[in-house]
Amino acid sequence: MPPVDIDATVIANARLSRDYSVLSLAAPEVGRRTQPGQFVMVKPAGVTDPLLRRPFSVFEVLRNNAGDVTGVSILNKKAGRSTKKLYELEVGDVVSCLGPLGVPFTAVKAPMEAWMVAGGVGLAPFATLAETLSASRTPTTLFYGARSADELFYLEFFEKLGIKLVLTTEDGGRGVKGRVTVPLEAALKAVGPTSLGNAAAMVYACGPEPMLEAVAKLAARYNQPSQVSVERVMGCGLGGCYSCVVPVKHGDEHANLVRSCISGPVFDGAELVWE
Amino acid sequence: MTPDLSVSIGSLTLPNPLIAASGCFGYGVEYEQVVDLSSLGGVVSKGLFMKERQGHPPPRIVETPAGMINAIGLQGIGVHRFVNEKLPLLRKAGARTFVNVCGTTLDEYVEVSKVLSQAEGVSAIELNISCPNIKEGGIQFGCSLTGTHDVVKAVKKATHLPVIPKLTPNVTDVASFARAAEDAGADAISLVNTFLAMAIDVETRRPKISNVLGGLSGPAIRPIAVRMVWECYQLVKIPIIGMGGITDARDAIEFMLAGATAVQIGTQNFVDPFVWPKVIAGLEEYMTRHNVAKLSDLIGAFDPTPPKPVHA
Repeated sequence: MPPVDIDATVIANARLSRDYSVLSLAAPEVGRRTQPGQFVMVKPAGVTDPLLRRPFSVFEVLRNNAGDVTGVSILNKKAGRSTKKLYELEVGDVVSCLGPLGVPFTAVKAPMEAWMVAGGVGLAPFATLAETLSASRTPTTLFYGARSADELFYLEFFEKLGIKLVLTTEDGGRGVKGRVTVPLEAALKAVGPTSLGNAAAMVYACGPEPMLEAVAKLAARYNQPSQVSVERVMGCGLGGCYSCVVPVKHGDEHANLVRSCISGPVFDGAELVWE
Repeated sequence: MTPDLSVSIGSLTLPNPLIAASGCFGYGVEYEQVVDLSSLGGVVSKGLFMKERQGHPPPRIVETPAGMINAIGLQGIGVHRFVNEKLPLLRKAGARTFVNVCGTTLDEYVEVSKVLSQAEGVSAIELNISCPNIKEGGIQFGCSLTGTHDVVKAVKKATHLPVIPKLTPNVTDVASFARAAEDAGADAISLVNTFLAMAIDVETRRPKISNVLGGLSGPAIRPIAVRMVWECYQLVKIPIIGMGGITDARDAIEFMLAGATAVQIGTQNFVDPFVWPKVIAGLEEYMTRHNVAKLSDLIGAFDPTPPKPVHA
């Protein structure tokens, strides 16, 4: 289905910390079309600073009490000028919201398990995926790593869906101290190597690129399939500008630079080539 | 009365002057889901060489004040795959397809143009002699008067299609290049390509894009581009396709008043992929408000009388 562009009013901008906020947008048409893992291109409406939109995974599909879709939210982390402006938006401000865009996650079903691996703001695509997996009663674990305990967000949201949580923090303030790949590898080891056709778990990953590389390689080492959501500097979101390319390799072919906006952002982890 | 938005570029008649700029619209087919390609005056493909190219490593773009710098490096599928895979889809969509032709040598421009001349559904050739981002990408033709003359002349000899060299603004006197192109038989010229630019991350002291240098586009360059179109319009008789930071109908009309017969919209596709019907509606609104029956009457209709000294 083609994307739509909506001048979306800010319904809420909940500051979760000094860097993170959840920006809720009145964009029902975008929400209704969104599948887990898809993204929107967002910027404050009517300004030339920023000029370009920025890509964000859809975090939540918002519904009212009657269950009707009212919009989407994004998980925003201050990283530069544009994300700072989004962090500072107030209720009633208007945002240009283009989407949904990109290739979604493919959800697995029991007896296969779903293991979602999130690093920091990489939590974003997993709220909607968790809802889908929970609805189909797929046994699901969220491996979630952050810098510190106060940057682990939405834990109750996932618990309510029946998702098992495995938490890590870099400072050891909560959960396992260290990287999220440490408990992931332990879990992979416990399952043991299986044949790919008979895999125990689908490993979903989103986060910083070094984490994605580590997760994809770990999954491959233990013969489990993976779906990785990448983030690259993006210009248009529609395949027009060729900014957001990633090296991808199918089988024995040489790697090609592929547009992550239309061929991704979700890729088979085994096909991504790490630089 | 329906306003007449049509314009002519040599033997081509376009239903309106709005053309999607090369490198900002993929191969056109990517945008079919958001805009009726037949409603555009034309679509210019990404630049094509004979063979496929991988382009530069990312990051390839960075945003700058009211603009962006890019160094994509002409990643592309090559002319043969374009003809086989994209052109049939563009034909089916009713697009008037301009193909942006690149070359590392004069012979390559000629060869790519010959392939396109034999294909069905190409409206014109835009010669990319102005990409600032790759060493062997034709800028050596675009920055030399004799080089510009030679490549236009050679391609003209090899094709029946209209030939439109795209000029670089990174020269001292762009109008002299317009004249060289006209003398060599160009059917029209398009300008401007991007301005050579650079941005540094002051925290890391490293470049913001991998190629270090790139081309600046977007509203930031518009006044310079308008000036260059005006300079060329005074020196050459062939039609000018103007571009540089056009975001709406007002901007498009500004280029036409400066002498452009048609205009290209590039970076704005990234900002607003639904821009096209808005610009068409804006042109019609302007024509009604100013009682203009034919949009082509605006070409070069700039009045250089100094403005009144009052605040707007």
